[in-house]
Amino acid sequence: MAEVTGSLAFERLRDPGGRIATGARVVPVARATTAPRTAGSVRFEAVSKSYRTVTGTVRALEAIELTIPAGAIFGIIGRSGAGKSSLLRTINRLEEPSSGRVLVDGEAVGTLDADGLVALRRRIGMIFQHFNLLSAKTVRQNVALPLAVAGVAKAEIGPRVDEVLRLVGLEDKADVYPSRLSGGQKQRVGIARALVTRPEILLCDEATSALDPETTLSILELLRDINRRLGITVVLITHEMSVIREVCSDVVVLERGRVAETGPVWRVFGRPTHSATRALLEPLTRALPEDLAARLQPHRTPGAALVLRITCAGEAPDLAALGAAAPSVRLIQAGLDRLQGRAVGRMIVAVADPDPEVEARLRALGAEIERIGYVAADD
Amino acid sequence: MSPQMIDRLWQAGLDTLVMVGASAGIAVLGGLPLALFLVTSGPGGIFPAPRTNRMVGTLVNGFRAVPFIVLLVALIPFTRLVTGTTIGVWAAIVPLAVSATPFFARIAEVSLREVDAGLVEAAQSIGCRRRHILIHVLLPEALPGIVGGFTITVVSMIGASAMAGAVGAGGLGDVAIRYGYQRFDTTVMAAVIAILVAIVCLVQLVGDTVVRRLTAR
Ligand SMILES: Nc1ncnc2c1ncn2[C@@H]1O[C@H](COP(=O)(O)OP(=O)(O)O)[C@@H](O)[C@H]1O
Ligand SMILES: [Mg+2]
Repeated sequence: MAEVTGSLAFERLRDPGGRIATGARVVPVARATTAPRTAGSVRFEAVSKSYRTVTGTVRALEAIELTIPAGAIFGIIGRSGAGKSSLLRTINRLEEPSSGRVLVDGEAVGTLDADGLVALRRRIGMIFQHFNLLSAKTVRQNVALPLAVAGVAKAEIGPRVDEVLRLVGLEDKADVYPSRLSGGQKQRVGIARALVTRPEILLCDEATSALDPETTLSILELLRDINRRLGITVVLITHEMSVIREVCSDVVVLERGRVAETGPVWRVFGRPTHSATRALLEPLTRALPEDLAARLQPHRTPGAALVLRITCAGEAPDLAALGAAAPSVRLIQAGLDRLQGRAVGRMIVAVADPDPEVEARLRALGAEIERIGYVAADD
Repeated sequence: MSPQMIDRLWQAGLDTLVMVGASAGIAVLGGLPLALFLVTSGPGGIFPAPRTNRMVGTLVNGFRAVPFIVLLVALIPFTRLVTGTTIGVWAAIVPLAVSATPFFARIAEVSLREVDAGLVEAAQSIGCRRRHILIHVLLPEALPGIVGGFTITVVSMIGASAMAGAVGAGGLGDVAIRYGYQRFDTTVMAAVIAILVAIVCLVQLVGDTVVRRLTAR
């Protein structure tokens, strides 16, 4: 692969399905190294935020402690009103914390003066649910604006705008006005505008919430591509758990302005410890089969089978060992997936003629076991 | 109609155009910055100055509350100070501009307020300074509404200029009152009305066309 020095070079790629996938084939020299990126990390230290309204004070964030590692695709989830947008917007200081500090690459954003803040914002791109494109400017003018206001020479702006438009696959729409574009195309323009200053961090506030599922997938694909090829840290808010599952490396769950839990997606999704996380994951979890649920009883009766839920987060259970620990185990329902190279999912098994030690033996295998109840044998 | 009368009407029409044109120009130069100030200096605006904002707002309301005919008379000393006279076209421009400026400022303010706050936020997020936000976001995004508001201002000023005619400003209103009303010359009255209707229609047509051009994107 040829190296292009000095600037990014993007090349259009086609996937076998014929749909256009785009991305940077060549990374700039500074980013071509394999060393972990240091630019693009965010740290929240005891960040609190309250809003004063006519009806009183709303405490949107309370003592948030959180680190977003450079190069991550970091998801922020939580119910509506949990403080997701407030948290995200403190990163580029669209919102000022009431107390605490936000550090971007170790630099406190709260102490920056006007010039420092403008410089910081040029290192942090942001995209929005409703795209927020200027209707009086063409696609090209919208994307050029961050460079134009930064005083970049006209001769340099043109090629850089073309470059990012190629990256998002919109080079043929450069001279139309945003009102002529579909939602997905508008968001691509938003992404191009956010990337044209070559930021280290991309903030996405419900960037796919106004899009249909297919377009959502293509935008997610683009975000993942940007993260992988350009090494940009992506911080995204979404209410779609499938989005987190699909693209994120890490996730934080917010509940009433506090961190409920945080960690790699495979762990938080595989073994949620907070009720807020479980509630959010509810749509992704499969209910107990109806016939089984109907026959479930809390206490053991003669001949009844013990029903257990085995939760996997990390490693899939060794089936032979399972069988050895519980000789007459039957698989009832299973949904096992791989996230980030880890097995994540749940299995429901029924153990016929359980002896009192069976659960302990299964736990000894390292499996997380939860007793659901007993079912009487079929008549 | 006598050739002198046609000549008189022609001259009066030109006077009206000069009065309205000059004071409309002043109204834009004064009203647009005023509107920008009212929008951006409010609480949560990009140049917050709530106290000054309230004061200016009250002042604007004060001028808006005074009927034009009263303003015309009340401003006579000021008019003399500025133009050295109190009669004629140039003397009429002063009260016309003073009354049209706050009117246009309030109309432009409405259009500027309608600009989505998300656009201002997006501009901030890409490193726009406040002046960039005025130039690249607020003004261009509100432009169709501002042009529409300017059309309304001009049309209402054409009406007001006829009133100014009553106090010796010249123009079509003056002709209508002196010949049409005081001498019962119905033909002159009808001609003045026809000319005024034609001017208003033309102004509205031009305004609407520009707005359509601006919004057909
Ligand atoms: N500008 C604001 N003024 C007053 N209250 C606000 C403002 N922005 C957010 N809030 C309140 O703060 C809380 C958190 O809001 P937000 O961060 O937008 O949550 P989320 O993005 O998770 O839905 C909510 O109760 C919301 O009503
Ligand atoms: Mg939100």
